[in-house]
Formats: sequence, structure tokens, C-alpha cells
Amino acid sequence: MSSSPKPLWLALAGLLIATAAGAQSVPISGVGRPATPKEIAAWDIDVRPDFKGLPKGSGSVAQGMDLWESKCASCHGVFGEANEVFSPLVGGTTKEDVKTGRVARLTDASFPGRTTLMKVATVSTLWDYIYRAMPWNAPKSLKPDEVYALTAYLLNLGHVLPDDYVLSDANIGQVQQRMPNRLGMTTNHGLWPGKSMGNGGKPDVKAVACMSNCATEPTVASYLPDHARNAHGNLAEQNRMVGAQHGADTTRPPGAAPVVAVAPAAPAAGGAASTQALARKLNCLTCHGIDNKVVGPGLREIGSKYAGRSDAADYLAKKIISGGSGVWGSIPMPPQDIPAADAKALAQWIAAGAKP
Amino acid sequence: MSADSPPSGRVLKAPESFLSRDGIRSVFAEGKKGRRDFIRSAFAAAVAGAAAPAALAQSNPVPAEGGDPHILELPAHSTGLGQGVATDGYGKPSKYEANVQRRQSPGLTQTTQSSVSFAPLQSLFGIITPSGLHFERHHQGWWDIDPSKHRLMVNGSDPSLLKTPMVFTMDELMRLPMVSRFHFIECGANTGMEWGNVAVPTVQYSHGMISCSEFTGVPLKVVLDLCGVDYKKARYVLGEGADGSSMTRTLPMEMVESGEVLLAYGQNGEMLRPENGYPLRLVVPGVQGVSWVKYLRRIEVGDKPWATKDEAVHYIDLMPDGLHRQYSSIQECKSVVTTPSGGQVLLDKGFYNISGLAWSGRGKVKKVDVSVDGGRHWRPARLENPVLSKCLTRFNLDWVWDGRPALVQSRATDETGYVQPTFRQLRAVRGSRSIYHNNAIQTWLVQDSGEVKNVQLS
Repeated sequence: MSSSPKPLWLALAGLLIATAAGAQSVPISGVGRPATPKEIAAWDIDVRPDFKGLPKGSGSVAQGMDLWESKCASCHGVFGEANEVFSPLVGGTTKEDVKTGRVARLTDASFPGRTTLMKVATVSTLWDYIYRAMPWNAPKSLKPDEVYALTAYLLNLGHVLPDDYVLSDANIGQVQQRMPNRLGMTTNHGLWPGKSMGNGGKPDVKAVACMSNCATEPTVASYLPDHARNAHGNLAEQNRMVGAQHGADTTRPPGAAPVVAVAPAAPAAGGAASTQALARKLNCLTCHGIDNKVVGPGLREIGSKYAGRSDAADYLAKKIISGGSGVWGSIPMPPQDIPAADAKALAQWIAAGAKP
Repeated sequence: MSADSPPSGRVLKAPESFLSRDGIRSVFAEGKKGRRDFIRSAFAAAVAGAAAPAALAQSNPVPAEGGDPHILELPAHSTGLGQGVATDGYGKPSKYEANVQRRQSPGLTQTTQSSVSFAPLQSLFGIITPSGLHFERHHQGWWDIDPSKHRLMVNGSDPSLLKTPMVFTMDELMRLPMVSRFHFIECGANTGMEWGNVAVPTVQYSHGMISCSEFTGVPLKVVLDLCGVDYKKARYVLGEGADGSSMTRTLPMEMVESGEVLLAYGQNGEMLRPENGYPLRLVVPGVQGVSWVKYLRRIEVGDKPWATKDEAVHYIDLMPDGLHRQYSSIQECKSVVTTPSGGQVLLDKGFYNISGLAWSGRGKVKKVDVSVDGGRHWRPARLENPVLSKCLTRFNLDWVWDGRPALVQSRATDETGYVQPTFRQLRAVRGSRSIYHNNAIQTWLVQDSGEVKNVQLS
């Protein structure tokens, strides 16, 4: 037994208090290390609306046009207007919008779609995103001057900047004052989970939980038409085979008794399937459907066009590697940096009809 | 009970006895002789030859003679030797569950790398989404990143905002104080296709951009403390991914200070799945999925928001006056009945369990009411435990379907008192073009045929 004046129970109580005071009672050391300036420079690429983080540089509309046609047009269209792969970038803004800072067509519910230039309020957003994520299949490959040029060209397509404009870190602040929707954003809402913006979290819609004889209009106003019944595939194959409810057989007209316990179709096996998987892996199918045109022609369409040529596979393998335009339309196919063996396998598969 | 009067609660619309009595007699007679294959071929012939709609596969009729062949004829699994342990080092669902898949909505996107797949809510139980069925949203394709080469950097928009910018390996992050929490993650555009009118047939496509997991990781606050962040000046946080899109989103520092924002590496007892951000992602409870940055490589603290692409071009909500709401982040209280739901068929009149999910980005679900008459009368549903903050809550309610058309709805109320609105109430304030944050009450029409349809009321 200790002769210490401090009884054991007191020491234990002190220990308990120390433990309860904070879940993290031991200081953390030896975890992590300081980042070097070189590391921070390599990764800290974000650009804020006040242009904090923007690298120095410049690029002209004309330079941007050349870059655009080789690196951007295949997805976004020659004029940034294409809707085939991504939503259109350009369109829907007017010279009046450049003056007012509000895109008038955003109040017109009948105007179809919304382009990037109709929405974006901050030119920094365009610069930042092109630099970090474009081109889509080779992100972060553009140099700052190229990003200035592409941003300038994009804004030129939207009639925000004149043909002879040279965009730079020195004048981008003036360009901000020409953005067509620069005054089109609001943070006056309740969906920001902090105090620094918004209305403090106040909801904009107030409903009450009435329990009986509630005022409603239980009239069915909208539903899928019968012709769209199977548009998402056979719903019988999208439900568990057992249960209180089974999936409706949407290959049959409504009201017909359902075939239940439908198992999904087995995936195709064999060499062709693996070539198709290769085409998917190498992103071919992003621009070419098997049966349908996406940006470029459908693969079976290509196969049938060259069906009579004995050198079809060799020809197509070369076209895959080198890219090209003009055969199927003006949108260029960029050169593909893929192994020659893969190009050959793909070309043989396409020439043989891209069969599943 | 005779074979002519069906058992209670099982009035089947489809002709149940697609084998004639004579046929059944012969099947049984053959069966008793041990020719089990004959049964299979007889059933197959009956299906193939049926001019009438094919019969329901799983019926429980009073047997014409003797008993149900599934009882009388012992199956192979009752009479043989099964498979051994570790036949599959990572077990998979039953092959009979192959219909339960995440799926793309046809025509929604032109690429698979910038696209979404929807979780099959109609087939899920409880509140946890199996990791392989978690909805996916990729902006530039997914990767399976080597965790030994993954790094997290923390720095400031300005050097004055923290004492030391730092770099952490995964090994180091996994040494730090660990927490595990259940949370839902919902895409801000979930139910976005339904703003104007009904566009999709099933709950998978209308509500399947939500999933719920147990996430494990270290509170971001712990790491920011190590870097000596000046919380007075740094009121915003940027998360940035390591993938091609290097996704960036702004968070409020208040959420980090509360300890609820996690640097997560665990999901449902194992590491994150590659499709969900392996090896590191942000968990931002109650906030839309786009802020839960995957493949997280960098945290920047700042004194202003960033207006990144996904908060200045996308994930902005268009209002009727032409203004876009920017930095809209919270997922408000919402619920949906998952069974019965669109594209399903009730097999019969009689007893059913209505089941569904409710959640709120502002806290716990307090109650869920269910209506089967399009909102005129409501009954409170049973909430299943656990009921957790910013997490899915499962609700259930008994129901006897009388065979007449029914309009099935659910309406959730959260602990702040906020009540899930109708489409009409939501559109009155926000119009129908905002794409994001549609939390309206969902209506399923059970038709007299038993087939359930996605409908909207007015």
C-alpha cells in the first residue's frame, strides 16, 4: 500500500477525467511531412474567380482556333455547338447579354437546352476546367498559353471577344466584365451548409403533413406513353425473380399477364466480345456506336463500306493510328496513341463486321 | 379445400393450371417412377405451347394430387453433396439474383465515362447498399489506383492560411484516429429527369442515384489541425480528385469543424470500391454526391469559394426568374416507396408490405406517412431501426390491396420539422427547369391489372 498522501482512487478518477475530456488524448506526431514547393506547384492548379492561382501567359483567338480543330472539335463540334457527345458549349447568348450580364433566354422556358456560355458567370471557371480536365481523353496536357488561346476562341465563338483578341493574365479581368451571364448567379437560398453564404439554411418550400381529408388533386397528369413501355429494356429482367412483386414484361402490351422469373440474357463470349471490350477500353465506343453514328460513323457501317476491299483491315488500322477527316464528314478523328497490335485487332474486327 | 377454390389471398389472374389434370396425373405418375426430367420437359412444353399468357412461375396451388412436386420430389440439393469452403475466395450473390444490377438510363448520356448508373432500389432491403450495387457517377471515367502511390496534399490558397502545407501517404492516413459512420450519398440530380413530367419507368431510374454505406476514415479536422489551419481566416475548403477530371468542389469550414466531414477509405467493412473512389474519398454527410470528391488527392483551405466547373456550369439550379442558385449543396428531406414501385406487378389481391426509404440532409427522419389514395388520407409508417442522422431510414407499412387502382405515396418529415413537398408545391417556387434537388413526393399508380406505373398528379 502506498504511503502517498494522494489515494489511489483519486489518481484513477483523474485518469478518467483526462480520458473523457477528449477522444483524442494523445498528440499526433510523426504522421505526414511538409509538402515541398515543387510538389505544391505540380498539384495546386486551381484558379479562383478573383484569378488567384492563374498562371501568367497569353493566347490569341487564331491560335485557339487551330488548337480547337485538332483537340476539341471531335467532341464539341467545329463551332462548339455540337450536342452529340456533350451539351453544347456555345449558343443562346446575345450581344445584349454581354452588356447586361444576364442571359435573357434563361427566362424563356421554351428555349431548348442551356449552353455553357449561357450559364457560366466566371471566366476563371472555363480557364480552370480546360486546364485541369481537357482534352477529355488527355487531361492536363495543355500548356497555359494553349488554355488562354482556347478560352479566347470559345468566347469568340460566343461573340464575347473579337476575332483579333489576345487573352492574357493581364486582361482577363476585363473579359470577366463581358461574360454574358456574369450577374446570373445567386446564393440566396437555404442549401448551403455553412454561414458564409446563403440565407442560413431556411427552406424555400413549406409543406404541412396533413393526415386526413387533405386537399389534393389526385388526377394523373403525367405518365409514360405505352409506346415507351420498353424504352428502358424489359423491366421483368430488372427485378428479382422472387418477391411480392415481379417485374412487368414490357415486351408485351400493358395488361398482358407478366412472365415472371426472367433471367437476363447471357453476355456473348469469345474473341469478338473481347475485341469489343478492347474497343470500349480504348474509348473507341465513346465516338463510334456499334450500329449507330455518335460523333463518328457506326463501326458496322465502316465495316460494310470497306467490305469489298481485301486490304480493309490494314487500311483501317492505319486510319486508327493516324486519324483523319473527310471520309465520313468534317469532324476529324484525332490520331490514336495505341499499340499497333490493338489497332490491328480492332481493324480486323471492324472489317469483319464488328460482330458481337 | 378443393382444387377449384384457390387458397385465400392467392387469386391468381393468370391461368395457374397450365397443365391439365391429366397432364399433372401423368407427371406425378412419371415422377414416382423416378423420371424427374420428364417433369421439366413437360413444364417446358406447357410454357412453349401456351397460347394464353404464360403462367406465373411461383404459384402455390392446392395440388391436384398428393402434393407439390417441389416437396414430394426431393431436389438435388437435398439428396447430394454441396460445394466446399472457399470455392470462391470472394463470394458473389446467388446466380438467381442476376437481375439485380446497377443500370444506365438509355439515352441519358452519350459516353459511359461521363455518365451515371443507377442503384436497383426496387430490389434492396434495409438501408445499406451492397458496395457492388452502389450508384456510380463518373466525370471522366473510373480508375483502380495503386494505394501505395496515392498521396493526399493539404495546402492553402494563401500560405498565411495554415502553418504547414503537408503530404500524407495512405499508410499514414490510416494510422490516424478512425471513425465509422452510416450516411447516405445522393446525387444532386437524383430525380432530375422528372422535374417536368414522368420520364422513366422505375424507381431505379427515378431515385437510384442514392446509396447508403458505413464509411470509415479520419475526420478531415484532424488532418487540418496537423497542418495548423487558421480557422478564423480559412472559412472554405476545396476538395480535388486525382482522376482525369480532377473534380473540385467547395465546402464550408463549419462542416469540417463539426467533425462530420471524413477522409474515408472504408466502405461497408472493406476498402472503398474503385468506382466509389478507391483509395480515398471525401464523405460530406447530407450534401449532394458531387461534393464527396473521389480519388481525393488534395485539400486546399481558402478564404473564398472557387466557382469550379461543377459549381458554376453544372450543379446550379435554374429558377423561373433566370437566376441560377449557386453552391446549392444540402439534400433536403425526401422519401420514396421502393416496393411496390414502377414496372412491378402485384401478383394478387390481398396483403402486402409497402416498403420504402426516407432520408434528410439536415438530420434524422422523424416520421414517414404513406397514402394509397393519392394524398387524401395518410397513415404513419413504421420506421425500422436504426434511425440515424443523414442516413437512409427504412419504413414499412401493412396494406391490403383490394384489386382496385391505388395511388401510393410516401411523405417524410425530418427532425427540423421540414415536410417533403408535393411536385405542385416544389414547382410553385422553383419552376420545372432546375434539374437539381428534386425532392417531391413520388406517386406510383397500382393499376387494376396489378401493374405499377410511375405517374405524376396535378
